[in-house]
Amino acid sequence: MSIRHSLLALLSRGPRYGYQLRSEFEAATGSTWPLNIGQVYSTLGRLERDGLVLGGGQDEEGRSVYTLTEKGAAEVRDWFATPLTRTERPRDELAVKLALALTSPGVDVRAVVQAQRSATLRAMRDLTRLKSSAEGPAWPLVLDSMIFQAEAEIRWLDHCEASLLHAAPPAPAPAAAPPVDEETDERARTR
Amino acid sequence: MSVLELDDVHREHGSGAGLVQALRGLSLTVLPGEFVAVMGPSGSGKSTLLNLAGGLITPTRGRVVVSGTDLTGMDVSARAALRRRAVGYVFQELNLIPSLTAAENVMLPRELDGVRTRRARADAMSALAEVGLVGEAGRFPEELSGGQRQRVAIARALVGERRLILADEPAGALDSRGGEEIMRVLRARCDAGAACLMVTHESRHAAWADRVVFLRDGLAVDSTEPAPGPEILLENR
Repeated sequence: MSIRHSLLALLSRGPRYGYQLRSEFEAATGSTWPLNIGQVYSTLGRLERDGLVLGGGQDEEGRSVYTLTEKGAAEVRDWFATPLTRTERPRDELAVKLALALTSPGVDVRAVVQAQRSATLRAMRDLTRLKSSAEGPAWPLVLDSMIFQAEAEIRWLDHCEASLLHAAPPAPAPAAAPPVDEETDERARTR
Repeated sequence: MSVLELDDVHREHGSGAGLVQALRGLSLTVLPGEFVAVMGPSGSGKSTLLNLAGGLITPTRGRVVVSGTDLTGMDVSARAALRRRAVGYVFQELNLIPSLTAAENVMLPRELDGVRTRRARADAMSALAEVGLVGEAGRFPEELSGGQRQRVAIARALVGERRLILADEPAGALDSRGGEEIMRVLRARCDAGAACLMVTHESRHAAWADRVVFLRDGLAVDSTEPAPGPEILLENR
């Protein structure tokens, strides 16, 4: 899961300090992926080094505040616009990405969902092609396992999209956002 | 020449306050040998698309061309004749007539074409051979498995000169292995030169197609580009 991109997405809502980023991340993802504050600050340090955020500011209570740079804003837009490939994906980055897309200003969540759906379906089609010419009893079953995982992801994307249709536009409050609790994941896996 | 072409097709149902825009400017081409899947939430225009492609209804605006013949302005009986000649259907169920054998079911459209019985039987047997069911030709639908019944329906859809299959959830009633069996048959028929436009909500089935068109609110919102050959995969991974 990309902490780097998650923090950038949160900063696209406005300047934030470290503990605030951590609590908003956990609110957006239902506390499914606890972040420790050390991770938050070390990531912010790297983001600052790379020119994606600007540190050094202080709020009225003297806390260090970080601000997104234009380069950082471009990085966030890229992250939302680019679907994940199945091979490069760390565990649940997609769930985190959608949860943050829902609560970030100016992000077309349906476009994020559709871009991912197309990419996953293309991967599934390639796997299906491999399977149709696969020999022996074992290899097709391995490919099937990847195909069923991709299918679960597409079902979950459909579910997210359907939920969005019922949700009141535009973005709901962060705490009410994500359909990414453990139970949903569990159901998708056992299908 | 394309087997099916929809050019900026609009279709409205009802009128006044009850007016529904089922399709709003859809363009789609299906080539010989191509397997195209259509996905989308209910109400997105999938059924309307199949009904238009089969000439069951006509577009409010735009053009539908089946096997080189423009359906625009054709009367009902001319469309029915073209449909019989060029298009076969496979639905989720209610495909076969229970009191006829597999071979007789497949012969039926040929006999309606006016082909003599002996010729119709020969055509039916070769269509059944293409779906791997020659040995089951004399069986009645109730003596066949769900997957076998759907394969008979596919044979019937392609018997004679027909080169376009319009399929609506053709594996919807089957388990995952039965569903895969149907997708393999459709894939093989397309690889042999037929064309198939299939509506499905199962991504696993759509993954057998060369291309997937996503419909939403009567518009194609996205389409996966035609599949490259499998050799591309080997180069990339």
